[in-house]
Amino acid sequence: MSAALLPSSAPGVATPVVQVRGATKSFGTHQVLHDVDLDVDGGKVTVILGPSGSGKSTLLRSINHLEKLDAGFVSVDGELVGVKVVRGRLHELSERAILRQRARIGFVFQSFNLFPHLTVLDNVAEAPVAALGRDKAEVRAEARTLLERVGLADKIDAYPRQLSGGQQQRVAIARALALRPRLILLDEPTSALDPELVGEVLEVIKNLAAGGTTMIIVTHEIAFAREVADTVVFLDAGQVLEQGPPDQVLINPKHPRTAAFLTRVR
Amino acid sequence: MSLNTDRQSPPRADSTPPEEGRPSDLVADVQHHLVSQHVVPLRHPWRWVASVVVALLLVQVVRGLVANPAYQWDVFGYWFFEPIIFDGLAVTLRLTAYSAVIGFAAGVVLALMRLSASPVLRSVSWVYIWIFRSIPLIVLLLFLANATALYPSLGLSIPFGPQLFSIDATQLLSYEAAAIIGLSLNEAAYASEIVRSGIISVDPGQLEAATALGLPGYRRFTRIVLPQAMRAILPPYANQLIGLLKGTSVVYITSLLDLFGQVETQASTNSGEVIPLLMVATVWYVILTTILSIFQYFVEQHFARGSTRAAPPTQRQRILAAVRTRRGVAR
Repeated sequence: MSAALLPSSAPGVATPVVQVRGATKSFGTHQVLHDVDLDVDGGKVTVILGPSGSGKSTLLRSINHLEKLDAGFVSVDGELVGVKVVRGRLHELSERAILRQRARIGFVFQSFNLFPHLTVLDNVAEAPVAALGRDKAEVRAEARTLLERVGLADKIDAYPRQLSGGQQQRVAIARALALRPRLILLDEPTSALDPELVGEVLEVIKNLAAGGTTMIIVTHEIAFAREVADTVVFLDAGQVLEQGPPDQVLINPKHPRTAAFLTRVR
Repeated sequence: MSLNTDRQSPPRADSTPPEEGRPSDLVADVQHHLVSQHVVPLRHPWRWVASVVVALLLVQVVRGLVANPAYQWDVFGYWFFEPIIFDGLAVTLRLTAYSAVIGFAAGVVLALMRLSASPVLRSVSWVYIWIFRSIPLIVLLLFLANATALYPSLGLSIPFGPQLFSIDATQLLSYEAAAIIGLSLNEAAYASEIVRSGIISVDPGQLEAATALGLPGYRRFTRIVLPQAMRAILPPYANQLIGLLKGTSVVYITSLLDLFGQVETQASTNSGEVIPLLMVATVWYVILTTILSIFQYFVEQHFARGSTRAAPPTQRQRILAAVRTRRGVAR
């Protein structure tokens, strides 16, 4: 339907799962995104780096329409996110249609945002039943398997506040996976964690990457980015300064501002 | 780590007594003696004095209640179980129950309107709360009791259009219905502010996570936001409910005989029994408030799930712990 609007790819070349075109966004008078373009291929991991305030989180949040763009558009799997084309203009979709799209895109927050009044199992099993209308028993069985995969089989009946930060973030990842998303967005998934808990969360993300999950990760963990990323995107003042394979961007950055950022972070 | 080892192995390596005139051994010995002792708690003699004084005053108050013949406890005993009092009690309970349910439901709607993005909904809610918090309940109830004079018929019509239906208000509005409407209108205004305070106390990240998971709006509110808001809503709402329970007593000015109305009527015909009759009403209000307070405790327990870091003890563990403590004290 709306796919016709998107640049058609040559036969045999896979269309990127995520296409961002001309993303522009202001908060009041402050413009956080300037005409950003981004392509993410299926099964690949893209890491977005950049100084704080560079628009990384806003870009990530616009991909599942948690942030509405002023101009430009995002498409996931060839379907425009949050908008549709009516007589040559972009119109916002109905709430119901946007929710259906969001349920296909996993999102992991910096502050976990688990539901504290629900058990770990209920946190994971809530959305597939409530948002996708799937069978409750089947979803719960699948949620158990997912919690096993992130190493929390013994915590299914615990409440989030009884868990460490690392365990909570692993539950949040399982919760995102429970929707069987086409794509997972992770917004600084380890920034709120004590240093000794960062490793267990990164391990889970690495396993997902090895399993071919398409992910876009905003992070400050440069070593992790080198290890796991297929593409590194460097964002500064709402613009993409450079992007490419990690060895190119992280070892031999072309742009002086990228280089300056990397020396500061290390 | 080093602290532990110090404790486990005393400074003296062997069991031979220390030789005299070697102060370092003496210090070590004293230290060893000290670390094995519990700290003696500070005594609070004035706390004891205050406790005794308060206990004596309490005995005086209870003695005054029992021994003062003016309370006429035998008359109290007669009225306490009189069917006419039970009739009043039933009216009080009905008024409280209906107004609490209608008031809370309307309060949730008003709170959501107040938090809405629409300036029209926001203003309407604000004006409603402003008006109904401004009108004294007693005035509102008298207005409604005389509503048939204001609006002889009630109907539904399209603004500036035809009337769809109309009924005679005198048939529809009994004194009790008028009282329930008045109490609910008043209750909704206060409940909405309590509900709103609960909703805004929930971390915005919760709503954001529910949105990102694609939960529908209704589900986001009922499953994610409201259960968490309930923790902040319950204590002030229990206050509000108890206030409502006792507040129903003002309906007697509209000739509706609730618990207090019945007591007041009986007191006016049996003028020597005012005090025991007032005690009858008081004790019944105390009993109802007690039931509400116990109910509040269990509802709060329910909504406290997951609120603490440690897993909360089960009801069984709680009882066992209490029994153990008592035994410990007995020993």
